[in-house]
Amino acid sequence: MSIEIQAVSKSFGTFTALKDVSLKVPSGELVALLGPSGSGKTSLLRIIAGLESPDSGRILFDGEEATKRQVQERQVGFVFQHYALFRHMTVFDNIAFGLTVKPKKSRPSKQEIRDKVHNLLKLIQLENLADRYPAQLSGGQRQRVALARALAVEPQVLLLDEPFGALDAKVRLELRRWLRRLHDEIHVTSVFVTHDQEEALEVADRIVVMNEGRIEQEGTPSEVYDRPATPFVYDFLGSVNLFHGRVHEGTAQMAGLDLSSPENASAQDAPAVGYVRSHDIAIERDGNGSGAIKAEVRYLLSVGPLVRVDLVLSGSDRTIEAELPRDEADRLQLQVGEQVYARPRKMRVFVEDYQI
Amino acid sequence: MAGGRAKNNVLPGFTPALGYTIFYLSLIVLIPLSALFFKTATLTWDDFVAAVTAPRVLASYRVTFGASLAAAVINGFFGVLVAWVLVRYRFPGKKLIDALVDLPFALPTAVAGITLASIYSQNGWLGRYLEPRGIKVAFTPLGIAVAMVFIGLPFVVRTVQPVLEELDQEIEEAASCLGANRWQTFRRVLLPTMLPAILTGFALSFARAVGEYGSIIFIAGNMPMVSEITPLLIITKLEQYDYAGATAIATVMLVVSFFMLLCINLLQKWSRRFAE
Repeated sequence: MSIEIQAVSKSFGTFTALKDVSLKVPSGELVALLGPSGSGKTSLLRIIAGLESPDSGRILFDGEEATKRQVQERQVGFVFQHYALFRHMTVFDNIAFGLTVKPKKSRPSKQEIRDKVHNLLKLIQLENLADRYPAQLSGGQRQRVALARALAVEPQVLLLDEPFGALDAKVRLELRRWLRRLHDEIHVTSVFVTHDQEEALEVADRIVVMNEGRIEQEGTPSEVYDRPATPFVYDFLGSVNLFHGRVHEGTAQMAGLDLSSPENASAQDAPAVGYVRSHDIAIERDGNGSGAIKAEVRYLLSVGPLVRVDLVLSGSDRTIEAELPRDEADRLQLQVGEQVYARPRKMRVFVEDYQI
Repeated sequence: MAGGRAKNNVLPGFTPALGYTIFYLSLIVLIPLSALFFKTATLTWDDFVAAVTAPRVLASYRVTFGASLAAAVINGFFGVLVAWVLVRYRFPGKKLIDALVDLPFALPTAVAGITLASIYSQNGWLGRYLEPRGIKVAFTPLGIAVAMVFIGLPFVVRTVQPVLEELDQEIEEAASCLGANRWQTFRRVLLPTMLPAILTGFALSFARAVGEYGSIIFIAGNMPMVSEITPLLIITKLEQYDYAGATAIATVMLVVSFFMLLCINLLQKWSRRFAE
């Protein structure tokens, strides 16, 4: 089922959670709502579920008005960050709950419920824990039970609120890959909320980046990562370095470099900000040719397969951060205090006025 | 063994603490209670049976335990309602009502008794409207139950309230997302979660009602066979210097109360089986 959100606004008292948000989620896609806390992503998810009602705007399911529909009628599966399992029920009863509360007419028989729950238990790989209570499960297991419970009623839409937020790093990684595979199997339209950019980039078909109640950008993970539409998106996705300078008729002057910035061709000597991702900075020993900035190595830190290098630009006390692959760093044999040249391979320039 | 454990324990002083606890509990609880049994044991078995099964005594058991049970059931229901309202809604004067709930705890029982007796008596504020309609409260078992409801209410409210406060709203939202209506959510999700607390409140309220004396004797009328509670009968026996007879009845009350609490505790344990 496709979801369409039309000009939805919502405020809680004086706090505006959503400002005129419009969004289309095509049927069968897995979409991530990505943003910092307070960006309105959870409010949007709850409005889709019917747990909150919008102050203005409409929600359409498959093109049909659903704004006034009760939660119970929306056929959405909702997975909560803290699982919200019924702790007085066994795993089996938790998963069966949605089926057992159906009106008598449409309720499946006991045997059908049992078969269905066992199929779901197989799906979440917890077949032998059917008689356990939630208190006896680990966080990852609880989250999978919560997901199975939501799937039991065969929802048209699956909504997940920070589904992996309360889990430790390794379980989180496993579970999100599992969710991706699961989605590839069942193809239910899914929206999940996260503040973890890595999670969004890895799992989602499309990413919707939100900030302060608005949508900053939506697109595929590579679109959003490679061509951020706004400074906010640049800042939020991945580690990034900021340069201040000016831009004039398509040429930006930043940190003593002249860089071409064709998207700002009409700018007339305007203050501008340049964004360079840490992994888009190359470090060289000899600064032959233009386009490199002289800098001093301040600090070296190995983080797994990457080496993080903090550089101080000469002539100023500004620090930038570069990330090199391990073998590149091994080849360079960098030393703290050494003079090197930093070459931004890719820079995106935004005229400063653009910034809110 | 205790010494060995004390060495391994992070908290020092296990042995003296345990020793003191046992000594204190013996002094305060066990010794007086066993004295009761010893005093009762001065009766022969036949005398004991005769003392505790006299028709007047049997009638007082019925009144005491029957009214206590009724009061605890009523409190179990309305106490949950009060706790629900206090936790779930915001309204002016909520703090005041919250404080009022504790009043039966704090009020001297005699004050409660005399107040209830006067408003429910024939000329009292409520009694004058109830009696013409054939509802006699004062000086009947009904009045006893009213007094027991009064003194037992805070127990249920105060045990259920924190559980309700801790209940995650997400639980209810999860239930409604799964298609449950309000009643199903209450019946299948909220009630089972509250049940252990309700049972605790019920047990406390019941125990208090069985033991209550001060607030009841004013409103009970104390007619033998009709509205005489067992504690009053014990006092009556004492006044007649029938110490052994008084302790015999007291022993029966003790044993019955103990078993009722035991049953309720087992029930409570069963209702908490998920929280291991």
